[in-house]
Amino acid sequence: MRRHTVGRMLAAILVAVALWNATARAQSNRPQAGEELLVTGGEVGRYGGKLVVSLRAEPKTLNPVTAVDNPSKEIIWRTMADLVHINRLTQKTEPSLAKSWKITADGLHYTLKLRRGLRFSDGHPLDADDVLFSFEVYLDEKVHASQRDLLIVGGKPVTVRKLDAETLVFDLAQPYGVAERLFDGFAILPRHLLQQAYREGKLAQAWSLATPPAQLAGLGPFRLKEYVPGQRLVLERNPYYWKADRQGNRLPYLDEVAFLFVPSEDAQVIRFQAGDTDLIWRLNAENFAVLARQQQARGYTMSDLGPGLEYNFLFFNLNDLGGKLPQIARKQKWFQQVAFRQAISAAVDRDGIVRLVYQGRAVPLWGQLTPGNKLWSNDRLPRPPRSLDRARQLLRGAGFSWKRDGTLVDSEGEAVDFSIVSSASNAERMKMATILQDDFKQLGMQVHIVPLEFRALLERLFQNHDYEACILGLLSPDVDPNVDINVWLSRGGQHLWNPGQAKPATPWEAEIDGLLERQLTAKRFEERKRLYDRVQQIVAENQPMVFLASPHLLVGAKNGLGNFRPAVLDHYALWNVEELFWRDRPAR
Amino acid sequence: MDGRTKLGVILVVLAVLHGVVLFAGFFAPYDTAAQNRELPYVPPSRLHFVDQQGNFHLRPFFYPWVARAGSYGEYVEDRSRDCALRFFVTGAPYRIAGFLPARVHLFGADDSAPVFLFGSDAYGRDLFTRMLFGGQISLLAGLLAAGLTLVVGLLLGALAGFYGGWLDDVLMRAAELFLALPWLYLLFAIRAFLPLQISPAQAFLLIVVVIGLIGWARPARLVRGVVLSARERDYVYAARGFGASDLYLLRRHVLPQTFGVLLTQAAILVPQFILAEVTLSFLGLGVGEPVPSWGNLLASLQHYDVLASYWWMFLPGLALVPFFLGYTALASALHERVRAISI
Repeated sequence: MRRHTVGRMLAAILVAVALWNATARAQSNRPQAGEELLVTGGEVGRYGGKLVVSLRAEPKTLNPVTAVDNPSKEIIWRTMADLVHINRLTQKTEPSLAKSWKITADGLHYTLKLRRGLRFSDGHPLDADDVLFSFEVYLDEKVHASQRDLLIVGGKPVTVRKLDAETLVFDLAQPYGVAERLFDGFAILPRHLLQQAYREGKLAQAWSLATPPAQLAGLGPFRLKEYVPGQRLVLERNPYYWKADRQGNRLPYLDEVAFLFVPSEDAQVIRFQAGDTDLIWRLNAENFAVLARQQQARGYTMSDLGPGLEYNFLFFNLNDLGGKLPQIARKQKWFQQVAFRQAISAAVDRDGIVRLVYQGRAVPLWGQLTPGNKLWSNDRLPRPPRSLDRARQLLRGAGFSWKRDGTLVDSEGEAVDFSIVSSASNAERMKMATILQDDFKQLGMQVHIVPLEFRALLERLFQNHDYEACILGLLSPDVDPNVDINVWLSRGGQHLWNPGQAKPATPWEAEIDGLLERQLTAKRFEERKRLYDRVQQIVAENQPMVFLASPHLLVGAKNGLGNFRPAVLDHYALWNVEELFWRDRPAR
Repeated sequence: MDGRTKLGVILVVLAVLHGVVLFAGFFAPYDTAAQNRELPYVPPSRLHFVDQQGNFHLRPFFYPWVARAGSYGEYVEDRSRDCALRFFVTGAPYRIAGFLPARVHLFGADDSAPVFLFGSDAYGRDLFTRMLFGGQISLLAGLLAAGLTLVVGLLLGALAGFYGGWLDDVLMRAAELFLALPWLYLLFAIRAFLPLQISPAQAFLLIVVVIGLIGWARPARLVRGVVLSARERDYVYAARGFGASDLYLLRRHVLPQTFGVLLTQAAILVPQFILAEVTLSFLGLGVGEPVPSWGNLLASLQHYDVLASYWWMFLPGLALVPFFLGYTALASALHERVRAISI
């Protein structure tokens, strides 16, 4: 009898513990008192499951301050959050850790109000001091944060003040057209974990891949669970995340996100095809076609999101070579003529590139902004179709002529030949080079293609300027033109055809400089847009870059993934990873 | 079949194969670089003799491939048009064996419907044409490099064998070093030192010289062995006794003994060096676009989508087979003959 009672009591305790556990879990998935969760607009999902994706390389670090490589950023941004965030789908800003912000009429002071009840993924509460600490780190020259330049406005760093535990004021030296977009990409760091490393001057080395998960914390939807070198990195659900769905369920839905490391895009495709991974993004058109053929049978869906923000172009070496490289200097006499560059542009078969390189999954380009940039693209740019007649007319006007065998010669009788360098590892750009080679042959130009290893290519472009023409592509991280300002300012380090000029080499480059400076401080979007439209127009007229094509963003996902809304901006398929859920949990 | 006839047959077969490649311009219908941008990755044209009504045609014909509307790389045969293959047509200009300009091709089709016997590549270029012309680069590279190797090997081997002593030691140790080196990596290393920005012709010569200079060790060792035994023969001593110079002895008595070995070596080295060129070009270190070689024709197979979607892109690989078989058979036939003679 006595034993019976003990047994009953034990059973009752067990049931109670189980109930308490269940309610505790349910509770942690409901907002706590004093918490201001951000409610998302997506479909209400169900908890559980794991998402497996592949990365083409291993991450180099888990430190958001020093990470520059793509795989590191892919992982870090699942574990981190910023004050104000750019919605990757609408391309507009939305509240994030800051629930609201105000900008003074003179555009110099930004007041941000933090969400209440925020906690890092280790449970430690966040306050304004963490934000102060984070910006102190980003602004510290000794840390060499890659984002530091973005916080220098009008030559002076932004300063941050704390009004109270939830309110911060950012002071700028002059108005900044980018406005609150500025805050996107600055991960808020946990002071309690990183302050010591920072004081010791070791912040750049902190948070390597060898750091135990307990010493890492962020404000993103996931946190580190395990890292197996050479194989995978697994993130687990952050139980303190600050977003909820429409029914008040705390996000994220998924238990885990696993990143597998594979060596190449082909390997990514094969793993996805075999069902080892659930998502694939940024794949090329050929692989897209291979995968699309089997989507019915294999239970996944491929989608074409339309043009992204990548633009590919050809440009000529317009550097001042200062007496060096006489071979190239001689050819620069052609490259420097606007008519020559316009003729090149007129001879380019952009439709051919779209068809042969991208199997039709791209758009031809005549300006630096792609149709994927909904806010800034100048719709009034001329888009002339290919015309060899017009190209010949332009060349004739610039003093070129043709020998009897069709060879193009300049006014001194020199045959026009040049080489195009490009990255050997980029099959798409090598294909473009082969198409251009044939296009220009029809004008009587002899073109050689020189595939180079990427680092060797960069050295030629930026250091010794030992090249004649180059095919390259740039991928803008955001739609705002300021992210590419270093490409268009004549003093900019990425002003590819002639970087880092002491003063503008041509009147049109000077005009672009002036327009860019003005849009930087203009307060109204319409005003900035008008100025930037003019920049696009000048570029299209002078053709320092002959724009070729912009590929569509191609993605694939296993069927049954809810809230899957891939975007054409950075973070593509994972930008809303906290909302993703499995309709039927896939067997694995 | 006795050894002599066998050798004759093999030589004729090889001559025919090389002839086709040498006169590629005549046998191929198009220019190697001509792009048909509307027709990328077209499957091989199917040749028919019997039309849809069941009538027999002496002249083969084909139905042109047309792209399926709104698709890329998907084609259907346009059965409403039968395009006859035409023979001895005038078409793209070329040079016979690289010298004489000409325009006559063995076969061709109307410009509106090109014939792609082996399909087309990513730019809509005729793969059959590119394969024949690609052979010119690959075979010539193999033959020239083998020639270069044999000359160097003969020279160094004869010196080492004839004079012996420290010269022999130095040369043979160097040969062992070259034998021990993994040649593929050595090729990479040498190619990496050389300028990248070169014309296809320069790239071709570079490959020949690089491959040719690396392979000298084996023939040199064989030649040395033969020379060592030849110089000890009684008639060589006799000739020396009569006051013959070293050069005379080498020329009249010693080197003729090495020819059998050299011929066999040549038959072994040529396919080996063709393969070396193919490997280098496959990896993008050979001649560049738009000049074809067997190696760079196969290079597109490095991409998964090509591997999975367009089977005809493997065809250039098959071109290697008859040549390699021919050379291997030649080497064994020569070996037998040499043995028969020396016995």
